[in-house]
Amino acid sequence: MAGAFVKKLKRGLFMTHTEFLEKVGETFQRTGPVEPQHLDRLETALIAADAGVELSMSLVDGLRDEIRKGRLTTTEELRPAVRRRLLELLQAAENAEPIDLSNEKPRVTLLVGVNGTGKTTTAAKLAKRRMDNGATVLLAAADTFRAAAVEQLQVWARRVGVPLIHQHQGADPAAVVYDALASAKSKGFDEVLVDTAGRLHTHSNLMKELEKVRKVASREVAGAPHEVLLVLDATTGSNGIEQAQRFGATVGVSGVVLTKLDGTAKGGVILAIADTLGLPVRWVGVGEDADDLLPFDDEDLVDALLEVEA
Amino acid sequence: MLESLQERLARVTKTLRGEGHLTEFHIDAALREIRTALLGADVSVDVVARFIERVRRQALGEEVLSSVTPAQMVTRIVHEELRMLLGEKTVDLDFKGYPAVVMMVGLQGSGKTTNAAKMACWIKEKKGLFPLLVPADTSRPAAREQLLILGEQAGIPTIDSRDMDDPEEIARKALREASIKGYQVLIFDTAGRLHIDDELMGQLQRLKGILKPKHILFVADAMTGQDAVRSAKAFHEQLDITGVVLTKLDGDARGGAALSVSEVVGRPIVFAGIGERLGDLEQFHPDRMAGRILGMGDVLTLVEKAQNAVDESKAKRLEAKMRKNRFDLEDLRDQLSSLKKMGPLKQVMEMMPGMDKMMPTGGVNEAQERQLRRMEACIDSMTPRERRHPQILNGSRKKRVAKGSGTSVEEINRLLRQYGQMRKLMKRLGKADPRQLKRQLGIG
Repeated sequence: MAGAFVKKLKRGLFMTHTEFLEKVGETFQRTGPVEPQHLDRLETALIAADAGVELSMSLVDGLRDEIRKGRLTTTEELRPAVRRRLLELLQAAENAEPIDLSNEKPRVTLLVGVNGTGKTTTAAKLAKRRMDNGATVLLAAADTFRAAAVEQLQVWARRVGVPLIHQHQGADPAAVVYDALASAKSKGFDEVLVDTAGRLHTHSNLMKELEKVRKVASREVAGAPHEVLLVLDATTGSNGIEQAQRFGATVGVSGVVLTKLDGTAKGGVILAIADTLGLPVRWVGVGEDADDLLPFDDEDLVDALLEVEA
Repeated sequence: MLESLQERLARVTKTLRGEGHLTEFHIDAALREIRTALLGADVSVDVVARFIERVRRQALGEEVLSSVTPAQMVTRIVHEELRMLLGEKTVDLDFKGYPAVVMMVGLQGSGKTTNAAKMACWIKEKKGLFPLLVPADTSRPAAREQLLILGEQAGIPTIDSRDMDDPEEIARKALREASIKGYQVLIFDTAGRLHIDDELMGQLQRLKGILKPKHILFVADAMTGQDAVRSAKAFHEQLDITGVVLTKLDGDARGGAALSVSEVVGRPIVFAGIGERLGDLEQFHPDRMAGRILGMGDVLTLVEKAQNAVDESKAKRLEAKMRKNRFDLEDLRDQLSSLKKMGPLKQVMEMMPGMDKMMPTGGVNEAQERQLRRMEACIDSMTPRERRHPQILNGSRKKRVAKGSGTSVEEINRLLRQYGQMRKLMKRLGKADPRQLKRQLGIG
């Protein structure tokens, strides 16, 4: 699986990649002592990858520190040092938020996020993956706000062959979730995946609605929701941090799904999210087919970002 | 959390305050902060570099005037440059044509379909033209159903293309339909795509050939990061886009993408999406956006919103009363109810200069909105005479009002206190010279 991830990622990464290299490649490739402008260039390159101003600055400050202490002297050592730091960051987040492995049935996963990040598509892809692993899965169409969102999920559900619980547009999403959980319990489903309506995290009434969905889930199934995945568009800039924070405060996000990685953006904001909120990435969306959802691999992502030879 | 661009620049100008003249040292310090602020707002790295260079050249060339502070000077230069970048004035799109075709293009999830519908509403209401919506996103499941439903909600005729799988065929059908039935504007929704997808880009080009659009609008998400430049550039190179629609501006994204896209494409941002409802679309005002970024507040937008919400005659009466300092509780009630009509309090407050600093972190919450409703209830429970002459409210009257409105005497006292403060403020505003007021707001 990891191989496929790298391949898909690399294809998409190509553009970002060359731009990153334009800014920092020469530094990585040269030999000799590290000069201040090398670090400046590295900082800019990180910012250009959406890693965020604060993280990029503190990361480079950390390198300056190592140089001052004599632990880092030549440019050859620069790349491994950056790689190590980025990996540490991602791994710390993974350790901070371990996957809930309880055997509760049904296992409930909520997909949340702002408008247009790909929640509905991700719900279907995730259902497919879980079914491929032998689980019985039920989808709940709790996006009752967006016009034709239910129809969209219906098409996907047919495509991947997963049963779907839905009501009419404008219905109470909590009621849809209630129905889905009742049905899953009586029929003995292993998993329930809940697609929710996209909402900007600044609209507090809509966030309240999401809170209600969560409450209903936890009332109906012990320990639910077992996973709350924030679906994040890879093109998102620093606002991704605010999104993760606000959704986290409302429904307790446990991980991130990074979508649309098949474009040119590589979702560097997840570095900042891992750094400030300790939130790990669980899945990456790399294409438009039902199979284009892959488990996240931190080494692959960092390597793809820092690799010198394409 | 990260400071907003407004706060950062406010801090820059604060460090510059009190300096008598502008030295290279000052400029460098300010530019460093501005650079960080712009990068923090997700403006593209390259765009920031060019922007900073232009501001530096401007600032160094500027003759130091004794009448302005260095802070004002730098702010003015930055403001001017931002305005140049965002486009110099509001663009009023021309929808004349037989029909005028508008093509919506952009990345997946940027909001093309929703904004196609919003724009149709806008064109119908503000321009009095007859638009036709054309759903031609044949790749995303149920995208055409979505536009059909939105069209129905908005009362805009929409082509039912659900059984057609070829966007080019849909385009030809739409053109025929428009010419037979006399629709004046044709809004064509296309499939979202990733710009590296040559096949889909080719399809867009063929559609352009068939439709001969008057406008090709690139729909951009205000929350986009550094990628904004790349996608805008790719679409522009392939399609020669004529304008930009910036969506999801009602979020808290600092919207650096707006600057990046404008700079790279060199085409104006024409519309801004500001909410979930079909009416939540407005013309983009570059000067206001620049002002907003610099913490000057979005006074003009506020005024316009107020104009829509406030009853014209009531507004005139209020103005007269303000001038005579005869503002009473009845006027306060009108104010409160029109404030409600203007939208969530948070949005309104953000537009007012200085208000962003007065707002509690996290914005105005519902508790405060609820408090406003209670204030309204208090006033509703008063007699007309009490509203016009609040000074007659003695202890027993207050008790009666509290009982009638389900509030307490303390709340009524608080209301009266706030009313007193407002009155004082209005008195001052009423006397202020408009030019001086403008200068205080930094827009003169």
